[in-house]
Amino acid sequence: MSLDSIKNLLNLFNRQGDTKRTNRIAKTFAGLKEQDRKALIPFITAGDPHPKYTVPLMHQLVQSGADIIELGVPFSDPMADGPTIQRSSERALKHHVSLSDVLKIVAEFRKTNTSTPIVLMGYANPVEALGHASFAAKARDCGVDGVLIVDYPPEESSEWVQCLDQHEIDAIFLLSPTTHQQRVEQVAKMAKGFIYYVSLKGVTGASHLDLQDVNTMLMQLRQYISLPIGVGFGIRDSATAKAVAELADAVVVGSWIIEEIEKCSESELLNNVGSLIKKIRVAIDEIQRNVDNTL
Amino acid sequence: MSVYDLPNKKGHFGPYGGVFVAETLISALEDLQKQYEFYRNDADFQSELSDELKHYVGRPSPIYHAKRWSEYLGGAQILLKREDLNHTGAHKINNTVGQALLARRMGKKRVIAETGAGQHGVASATVAARYGMECVVYMGSEDVRRQATNVYRMKLLGATVVPVESGSRTLKDALNEAMRDWVTNVENTFYIIGTVAGPHPYPMMVRDFQAVIGNEAKTQMQEDFARQPDALIACVGGGSNAIGLFYPYIDDVNVRLIGVEAAGKGIDTNQHAATLSMGKPGVLHGNRTYLIQDDNGQIIETHSISAGLDYPGVGPEHAWLKDSGRAEYVAITDDEALAAFHTLCRYEGIMPALESSHALAYVAKYAPTLPKDKLLLVNLSGRGDKDMATVAQMSGLTL
Repeated sequence: MSLDSIKNLLNLFNRQGDTKRTNRIAKTFAGLKEQDRKALIPFITAGDPHPKYTVPLMHQLVQSGADIIELGVPFSDPMADGPTIQRSSERALKHHVSLSDVLKIVAEFRKTNTSTPIVLMGYANPVEALGHASFAAKARDCGVDGVLIVDYPPEESSEWVQCLDQHEIDAIFLLSPTTHQQRVEQVAKMAKGFIYYVSLKGVTGASHLDLQDVNTMLMQLRQYISLPIGVGFGIRDSATAKAVAELADAVVVGSWIIEEIEKCSESELLNNVGSLIKKIRVAIDEIQRNVDNTL
Repeated sequence: MSVYDLPNKKGHFGPYGGVFVAETLISALEDLQKQYEFYRNDADFQSELSDELKHYVGRPSPIYHAKRWSEYLGGAQILLKREDLNHTGAHKINNTVGQALLARRMGKKRVIAETGAGQHGVASATVAARYGMECVVYMGSEDVRRQATNVYRMKLLGATVVPVESGSRTLKDALNEAMRDWVTNVENTFYIIGTVAGPHPYPMMVRDFQAVIGNEAKTQMQEDFARQPDALIACVGGGSNAIGLFYPYIDDVNVRLIGVEAAGKGIDTNQHAATLSMGKPGVLHGNRTYLIQDDNGQIIETHSISAGLDYPGVGPEHAWLKDSGRAEYVAITDDEALAAFHTLCRYEGIMPALESSHALAYVAKYAPTLPKDKLLLVNLSGRGDKDMATVAQMSGLTL
């Protein structure tokens, strides 16, 4: 037996001892499917409006009905984001929140929550600065379940995905209305956890979502993709959240929450964000109730 | 001997370059790659481009032997490639004409651009007027304030100038905002990037359009001096004028290639824009390249007296030329550049742009170390009229 195969066996053994920590995303979606419910995935930027609120906010999101948390890693040049999320990144960077700080935040959250999946969302350069291998190892230790790097398209991601795979972190990818079939198949092969379908052209926070288009695209995507599909960009009212929940496996809400964070005073923060999440949760769960009524 | 043929199909120059953008931009970039690949080899397109460069831009730009300055420095002979004599006063127009012609063939009726000092914005507004296209220029609000004349110039040419209020309110933020516009309006809009940065195919395409500088120089050197220069010297911000001069010479290994970055107030201060000298590789604005960044990978604000060099990244091909050792990169401070500006005014009656003054300042140090029969070809990438207010202010005057 070669040294490498011994190492592989040892790795396998270690991972099996560790399965409690992994596959949180898959478990969450499986659990929801059993209940015929759709996932609610809120996005907040780590460190916005102040690093001390991020862990309490994350717990509040879970208590108010979030299934998975998407935690934004602040970056100086968030090219794919609209003004709302840009501002939240700037607020966090005023407090010098780094990628290492974000990982510490996740570790802190994990002290009292070991079940809710955490997906980090951000840009390539902070990850490059830390180094892929070093990042992946730390992220796993801190309890991160998935990572979406907006400016790592599949073409540039083979080494990155390998690195995440080794540490059992899901590589989440975006698909958009302009993604052609060949690339959908490519993403289908690389992606883990869930697919994030960007429901419109443009940046985050825009507001011209066409549900008919989303429906058509999702039907096409499902021919190639067996992972759950989350839909985000342009969801900023309960009616849209509910409509998206009818079509997708998960509803991703970002700018709508960030706007709430911007609006309220620090003393109202947890309450107001909690109420908003509850409102969205109710809207999403209404589709279930509608089904029940017809039975 | 191997022939230089980068980038590869994926837009990589060694580990640099590539397509690091969000999914929403991929199909637009793939389309652009396909279209550019076609027109790059299309005789009809190339002949229209040459015709425009000759009659509208005023090419070829001459090579001028700066005899009096060479004599004053007492070493190598200094030759200036006069890109300052182009229409709109800089090399930027070579690229905007090319991209606007491409935009027209692709049926795009609206062009957008980012600009720092306003030179690329003016060059974009100019070609948009020339070809009857709508033009929107993104410019950091800080730059809008500093470069009021160029803002007015763009407006006179019919462009809309949008001040960008995010981030540091300078060139990099203008680039972010232009990308956002492009993502949103990709169907009718062509994004004219002004330098050899951005996602593939931009670094290659902008280089190809700027390579007219080096290609002309090769012919002119043979005609006027019966040999090629010993070294090429050009300033590097994003690096489009430098790559335009260097590229046709990459396989001529006897010609030294020297890029001059902005050392601002000194590379040992935190106020410079010497990306290749002081930066680290990373990913920004769609490509992997050297970047001025902090330990956490956040992009840091840069400083240079010359707005055109004031950028925290650099074209990926320069990053590769540096690592491979084919080109050398040095840095020149604000003060050294300013001194060279004044010298060229007084000794040759030529007022150089502050960007180009960085290349001149390096030559002022380098030429005296060489014998008189050596030839240094400097890219005089732009004229200095736009910098009058900055120079006056540095000299303690207000105009």
